[in-house]
Amino acid sequence: MLGAGRQLVKNPMDMTQESIEKIKEIWQALKGVEDPEIPVISIVDMGIVTDVTIDETGRVMVEMTPTFTGCPAIEVMKKGIEKKLSELGVKDYRVALNYKTTWTSNRITEEGRDKLEKFGLGRPASHEGEPGMEAIASARCPHCGSENTTLKSVFGSTLCRSIHICHDCRQSFERFKPV
Amino acid sequence: MNKEAAKELMLKMADDALIYGHRLSEWTGIGPILEEDIAFSSISQDKVGHAWQLYQLLEQDFGMPDPDRLGFERKESEYKCSQLNELYTRDYAFALIRHFFMDHAEFIRYSLLRASSYESLAQLAKKVRGEIKYHVLHADTWVKKLGAATEESHSRMQAALNEAFPYALGLFEPGPFEQELIDSGVFIGEGQLQAEWLDEIRPIIEESGLQLTSNTEAITGGRSGNHSSDLAPLLEEMSEVICSEPGASW
Repeated sequence: MLGAGRQLVKNPMDMTQESIEKIKEIWQALKGVEDPEIPVISIVDMGIVTDVTIDETGRVMVEMTPTFTGCPAIEVMKKGIEKKLSELGVKDYRVALNYKTTWTSNRITEEGRDKLEKFGLGRPASHEGEPGMEAIASARCPHCGSENTTLKSVFGSTLCRSIHICHDCRQSFERFKPV
Repeated sequence: MNKEAAKELMLKMADDALIYGHRLSEWTGIGPILEEDIAFSSISQDKVGHAWQLYQLLEQDFGMPDPDRLGFERKESEYKCSQLNELYTRDYAFALIRHFFMDHAEFIRYSLLRASSYESLAQLAKKVRGEIKYHVLHADTWVKKLGAATEESHSRMQAALNEAFPYALGLFEPGPFEQELIDSGVFIGEGQLQAEWLDEIRPIIEESGLQLTSNTEAITGGRSGNHSSDLAPLLEEMSEVICSEPGASW
């Protein structure tokens, strides 16, 4: 879990053992908040949660970065996080949306990619900061694993999906766009 | 940073995105083929998302009213969108040509804004640019296809281009704080943007077998609140629900 690791090494001296444990617990709990458009993957596996911190007053701050600026699921996810924090007994918290960290599909964890594929969504190709035409057009079929596929449209049923056709199993499939 | 200048820049960008987004959404349900229906709807959703983010920054950093009020409850003369984006959609060729002109300009604008001295805008620009990349890809594909497909597709695309080009040049109409924006490093300026835009679109237009008209004069006015007669009916339609029950909570 990239984000958690980053948090723990950021300022280890400033935090009490109690805070460190609490942050670990929160990251674990957030793994139970789903992406409403792809309900098999958590917002942690999606790389949407960028930071969890606790300040000196004990206030918990969860920061998130949206996958797409116009994603209608943002508010649902924010509410999901708030609900989870309440369930953990956290009373003072703030969930903030910002662009300090730019979301890219590279943020999806390996576990998350496997879950996407199992769900029937092709995995996004990894890229070096910016996906080229090759990364956008070439996709592995989530049904049969063939790489012999063609990009049909860069826009699919949600903002984050493109449409492809597999020439081996002859099925069309959606794929999580590399961004 | 000159606050008035940054406000002006963001308001015109947000208004462009909102009005253009609404024009794009008019294809939802009636696109010429299913994939195009989905593409225009998706791009529209992105644009309205961009407008929302910019309006939100205006509220958060400059104390302007909330995004709903900014988007739907202003007078026509307070909108700073360019006339290109407000024109009613003549046909599919016109929709594609506007999309091509507008999204190339947007892609370059946000690329340049990644270096803005206004940190929140620079962060947002990085994100938005990645989304617009897909919009440009879509526009280029269809302009190239239909520019050179049949005699009819070619002549309709050329006619749309001829009509839209002077309005497209109006996208780069400088605002009242142009020099302040440049001096404070918030934005490199409309002149630079237009030059880069022309360099970018020219080879694609040529490849498509289409032609840019020469010595074209820009149709301006939108940036100062002077709009074509097409904006008022659009605003009326957009705000119909919100105006039926002002102040209602959703």
